[in-house]
Amino acid sequence: MKIVQIEKENWEDGLKKLAETYRLFGPVKEADFHNFKQLEAGQLPDLSCLNTRLSPKSIIYPQTEVMFQYSLDENEEDHHILKEVDKDYSPRAVIGIRPCDAKAFELVRLNFDTAEYKDPYWLSAYEATTLVGLACESPCRTCFCTSAGCGPYHEEALDLLLIDNGDQYWAKIITDKGEAFLAAAGWTVAVDEESALKEIGDKKKVAEDKISAFVKTDKLREIETNDLYNASFWEEVSFACINCGTCTYACPTCWCFDIQDENRGNRGCRIRNWDSCMYPLFTLHGSGHNPRSTKLHRVRQRFMHKLKYYVDKYDAGIQCVGCGRCIRQCPVNIDIRRVCGYMNNVVASKDACDV
Amino acid sequence: MVSYIDKIKEISKQLLEEGRVEMVIGFRKGTVPMMNEPYFAKTPEAVEHFVWDSNCGINLCNYLTNRTEKIGIVAKGCDSRNIVTHIIENKIKRDQLVIIGVPCKGMIDRRKISAMFEAEIGEVIEDGNTITVKGADFEETIDKKDVLQQNCAVCIHRNPVIHDELVADPIQEQTDVDRYADVREIEALSPQEKAAYFEKLLEPCIRCYACRNACPLCYCPTCFTDESRPQWVGKGQDPTDVSTFHFLRAYHCAGRCTDCGACERSCPVGINMRVFTKKLEKDCLELFGWEAGLDPDVRPPLDTYKPGDPDDFIK
Repeated sequence: MKIVQIEKENWEDGLKKLAETYRLFGPVKEADFHNFKQLEAGQLPDLSCLNTRLSPKSIIYPQTEVMFQYSLDENEEDHHILKEVDKDYSPRAVIGIRPCDAKAFELVRLNFDTAEYKDPYWLSAYEATTLVGLACESPCRTCFCTSAGCGPYHEEALDLLLIDNGDQYWAKIITDKGEAFLAAAGWTVAVDEESALKEIGDKKKVAEDKISAFVKTDKLREIETNDLYNASFWEEVSFACINCGTCTYACPTCWCFDIQDENRGNRGCRIRNWDSCMYPLFTLHGSGHNPRSTKLHRVRQRFMHKLKYYVDKYDAGIQCVGCGRCIRQCPVNIDIRRVCGYMNNVVASKDACDV
Repeated sequence: MVSYIDKIKEISKQLLEEGRVEMVIGFRKGTVPMMNEPYFAKTPEAVEHFVWDSNCGINLCNYLTNRTEKIGIVAKGCDSRNIVTHIIENKIKRDQLVIIGVPCKGMIDRRKISAMFEAEIGEVIEDGNTITVKGADFEETIDKKDVLQQNCAVCIHRNPVIHDELVADPIQEQTDVDRYADVREIEALSPQEKAAYFEKLLEPCIRCYACRNACPLCYCPTCFTDESRPQWVGKGQDPTDVSTFHFLRAYHCAGRCTDCGACERSCPVGINMRVFTKKLEKDCLELFGWEAGLDPDVRPPLDTYKPGDPDDFIK
């Protein structure tokens, strides 16, 4: 491991060089908030951003992605054949991604990269991507990363971690991809590792101490699924919910999608779109039956998936990195911290069978 | 407005104690600044969670649709107008409801306030006409009238139009407001300019449907966007599909929208889709002299035919 020092005055030049090798993405302020966008030539990522409104998951997993297309025009080559669409999997780099959003890719990977199924689109995009993290110095009041298996200096899934150090960034190399990124930028000045690591450790402690929101998740695994499912608080939790997709679309760890065929004239395509368990259509059967027919079912499903089913299935903590977006953006203020608290406090029902 | 809350609690408690309703719908204090959560009380004790301040912008009528029990509901002017519309459209029965009317002094626009500060806002305290915003290392006091939701700033029906209880004396309605200045600006654009304006307006849309789902009018069992046989509109991010959703949704609200602002308030990406519904509101006012939700006994203009109805659009 090595730590490289990037003088901020060399930042722009380095990015220019990087743009020759990578498609660069970074936080850009549009209207009143930031989002990750592909940077135009000469455009700088705005690293003053606390965090973006939407998570950067769309860089790897677009909200709408065309997978196949066909043409019935007999004058065209390969007509009447459903063909894969050409994709750009050339190297890309996400600059200024927060550690929580980076870790989210590791969580999502559990779904898209399994022994049984490998999602070619997600994996190809992920492998083409270098994640250049930016350590959080000012976590928001709604950030609860440290109790969600993450933290302001967390390194999981990152290739590089940038730490703001006044006139410089320190770039902590985590993977070979990260090292290649620095080389492409011409940033090669190593700093004394021992003293820098000590200082980074101190800064990390300061940042972690600023986290003021927490969730308790220690009981979720041992509480019986049915006790949680049948708990009395779901009516209260779900009452305000309007079943929009804001929480699921803003969430860096929500991965569900829907596949649609769209056609026009004699050509068409097969696309996949983000989907949301908040929508009635999500579970509507062809028969017309809907096993999650009420909003209580749907709200419960979202929290049970993140805080129970996932916990049980993967034994890797909760399906949440504590970024706080769903709390900040929910139009009716449903707060996952409160719900997690309710769930973690469920007492086993008296009539549960001891086996 | 803070003094309203004692009265809301008192009335709600009484309704529940006397068994006149099974639940009262109001707001409880939010977990983040400038947010409250729609909340129901089924016991006199739960009433203590109720709050009332300038962060109650969600339209509570949305929570009445197709309910069958007896309900007490806290209603500001716009909520009450949507209740009237719900009664007209048979989504709730008048005798199911005890309407606790709140003369509304306007709701604050949390996005406007957030945009005024670079740093994160920690706390927002209101005191009459002033709002104090506090962060880690700043504190600033602003005039409430400068940070009202835009629909509240031009509202002329702040007092509930229908109610069984009133938590305070009616307040003076605004009379000197220009309600449609923004619509006129768009009307003045050329078709190409309008198309460009709408395209830019809707560009950030992520199709989360918060606008639709926060709207008390949008209660269709299956929204046209969710239909698959036939599929009227694509479900992806194609700009034509996105704008089709917004345009059609707006048309479905013609003559029904009360400009409560719940759609805009709910949008996670800050789109003012109210420009569409306001245009239709303005047309209904100009063509039919109609304002939605003022009288449960009058059928809406798009629901009736009169020989004298304007027909200039038939060429």
